[in-house]
Amino acid sequence: MGRIVLVIRLALRDLRRRRTEAALLLIAVLASTTTLTLGLVLRDAASDPYQSTRAATKGPDVVAGVSQADDLAELGKLAIASGVTEHSGPYPVIAAKLEASGRTSDVQVEGRDAADAAVDQPEVTQGSWVGDGGVVLEAAFADSLDVGVGDSVALDGRSFKVVGVAVTAAMPPYPGASCIVSAGCINGAIPDDRNLPAGLLYKPGLAWLTQADVLSLAMDRSALSYVMNLKLADPDEAQAFVDRNGGHYGGAMPMQTWESILADATDLARDSQILLLIGAWLLGLLAVASLSVLVGGRIADQTRRIGLLKAVGGTPGLVAAVLLAEYLLVAVVAAAAGLTIGALTAPLLTESSAGLVGGAGTASLTWSTIGLVTAVALGVAVVATAVPAVRAARSSTVSALADAARPPRRTGWLISLSARLPVPLLLALRVAARRPRRVVLGVVSIAVTVSGIYVLLVLNAFLGEQPGTGAYTEDQVAVLRRVLLVWTVILLSLAAVNAIVITWATALDNRYASALARALGATPQEVTVALATAQVLPAFLGAVLGVFPGGFLLFAAINTITGGDGDKATLPAPWQLVALVLATVLVVAALTSVPAHLGGRRPVTATL
Amino acid sequence: MGPSGCGKSTLLHLLGGLDRPSAGEVSLNGRRTDNISEKALARMRRTEVSYVFQSFHLMEELTAVENVELAALLAGRSPRVARRRAEELLDQLGLSGRARFLPSALSGGQRQRVAVARALSNEPLVVLADEPTGNLDSAATLDVLQLFKDLHESGQTLVIVTHDARIAATADRKFSMRDGAFVDEARLTGGTTGQLGALVGLED
Ligand SMILES: Nc1ncnc2c1ncn2[C@@H]1O[C@H](COP(=O)(O)OP(=O)(O)O)[C@@H](O)[C@H]1O
Ligand SMILES: [Mg+2]
Repeated sequence: MGRIVLVIRLALRDLRRRRTEAALLLIAVLASTTTLTLGLVLRDAASDPYQSTRAATKGPDVVAGVSQADDLAELGKLAIASGVTEHSGPYPVIAAKLEASGRTSDVQVEGRDAADAAVDQPEVTQGSWVGDGGVVLEAAFADSLDVGVGDSVALDGRSFKVVGVAVTAAMPPYPGASCIVSAGCINGAIPDDRNLPAGLLYKPGLAWLTQADVLSLAMDRSALSYVMNLKLADPDEAQAFVDRNGGHYGGAMPMQTWESILADATDLARDSQILLLIGAWLLGLLAVASLSVLVGGRIADQTRRIGLLKAVGGTPGLVAAVLLAEYLLVAVVAAAAGLTIGALTAPLLTESSAGLVGGAGTASLTWSTIGLVTAVALGVAVVATAVPAVRAARSSTVSALADAARPPRRTGWLISLSARLPVPLLLALRVAARRPRRVVLGVVSIAVTVSGIYVLLVLNAFLGEQPGTGAYTEDQVAVLRRVLLVWTVILLSLAAVNAIVITWATALDNRYASALARALGATPQEVTVALATAQVLPAFLGAVLGVFPGGFLLFAAINTITGGDGDKATLPAPWQLVALVLATVLVVAALTSVPAHLGGRRPVTATL
Repeated sequence: MGPSGCGKSTLLHLLGGLDRPSAGEVSLNGRRTDNISEKALARMRRTEVSYVFQSFHLMEELTAVENVELAALLAGRSPRVARRRAEELLDQLGLSGRARFLPSALSGGQRQRVAVARALSNEPLVVLADEPTGNLDSAATLDVLQLFKDLHESGQTLVIVTHDARIAATADRKFSMRDGAFVDEARLTGGTTGQLGALVGLED
């Protein structure tokens, strides 16, 4: 017990003593755990909510509709067709205009019984189920209207109280919809040059009233259409059932299978998930880059510290335990924070499926996600401990102590090349030549970021063209744009952390060389410019590689994986790419200026 | 000369502009240097003063000749001129065969010779040497001793901090320090220059 306390005390003291380093390490691990959480939560969100909604609402296997009362007999026949085990309805449906908080929206209103239905009983998530004079709104629709229980809305000019908000599996959530009114619906963009047929609904929401209220909204019975929900003995036979019973598209009796509703409901979530997963990969690469700079730097340091602790009587076991405790503390904090941030941001991206149970909120953080994220964080901790611990245990105490810092590398051709350049560049190239591996990491880190931005530019341009083509509605484009934005923000933050970490490590590592250069007559400005240039040159190289081949290949890879049609994409214009490279260089220069400035101004006598 | 901690290194740092005094003035060659910019101080270190340190302070990844030419490169000499001058100096200091060696492949005495060559490469007014033999065994000490004696005789002004009486014996003037101040000055010879007192602001 006393031993554990001692280990934790030593670990805490060490972390406190190198606060900046500990904070940077925490941020790097945090960034990877957050991304991983987001990716995993999104993966779950893409498949599960519809299934749970279907279970919770006795979701139909087939939804059938007729557009006039004369055809009700057809529905009656369908209810007793072979394979059908249960049905609900037919329920009357009417097209209406809904006014709420100053906005008007088209809506399909279904008339329901107050009693529970055997098939498709929408699950009330807020308030209660329909009663005379009370309307229940589909959850995603209510969300987009910003209307809740207790508010009043007008349907075709008549006021109704919102008594509830509910989810259903019989229709994809707003802004998706399947059309169940006789007037017809349009869900994509309205072509400018064409007038809509009168009465066609534009992006209708879904609302439920009592049957009596729906009938009273109808001017005459011809305005009504009817839907019926069917449960089949074998849900996998849904499509075959539809084919057998003439529910083909455009026929007299349109039918929807649960599979097609599932596809519509999760289409968007799947697209955002693909984006997120690609993002997760890029972020993972960046996190690995910054982790290896940080941990690699610490490992050399710690070999020496282990020697020191051994010299004052600590057993190698104790020393390794202290080291492990340190990383575990950082890893546990990072995992917990990453899971929290990831779980809190995920709903921003899954709001589109708010109309499904568990589609929004924190319910989607599963134990497997928690386990995986924690395991990754702990894995980093163990690897970071194992290398120096083994190395120090193998080496003698004396040689571990002597292992002051990693000796600089000699890169002969760079040294002779740099002799021909002006002083700041000369020093910069030699700073770079001393740590080639770090330069490579810097290049990779920037190249990964710029490739990501390249793909973002392509996707953004692609989305910008979508509302006109009908593949995505404006609302869907907005959701996907939001995913891109979250992606960009995380990608850029991590890249910024990387740039600062690498410069910081460089400035620390070059304290001696910088002091010596200044003792020999280099000015503080020259040293500062050299430290910054040593980052900016790799950044420039990284940015160029990130555009080509990086971004180009990444986009091609995404295109292959998603089976997309890359020919339709507009690749960024040359001026955009030049601007991207320039902006990267400027941002890196700005980010590195502070550590470089501090590195250039350090008093010489403190080091020599 | 003086006991450890009396301020010898501090004095050399002040003379070379690596440190600034909290009170008092520093002049070099008749010009105040305690109130000029960092940039002007750096320029001064390129051409007027240079350092030789106890622990050599060579760049480990640079060969002997690259270490020597670095000072000239920082002073803006062309790479060809800098290289030629570095090779000449290494020749003069008896290191011609060692020019392409890394410091790790050189003995302590050889390393300090490289450091001296580096200090001479810009033909400074003064070379400031802080316990240049402090890290050397006695054979290497003799070696460096002879080097300083030769330099001295060739007219190079040297300010040397040392514990070694043999080095002290070669000087024109010897200052003793205690608790941050001069306590004694001795003129050992007629003196080749006599500038030193003025140089450190000590009137006689
Ligand atoms: N004249 C002085 N005024 C202020 N501080 C001094 C003075 N002389 C010495 N010191 C302080 O004493 C410490 C040791 O001085 P240093 O020059 O390293 O001694 P030495 O090289 O003689 O062993 C330094 O921290 C320095 O700040
Ligand atoms: Mg000293």
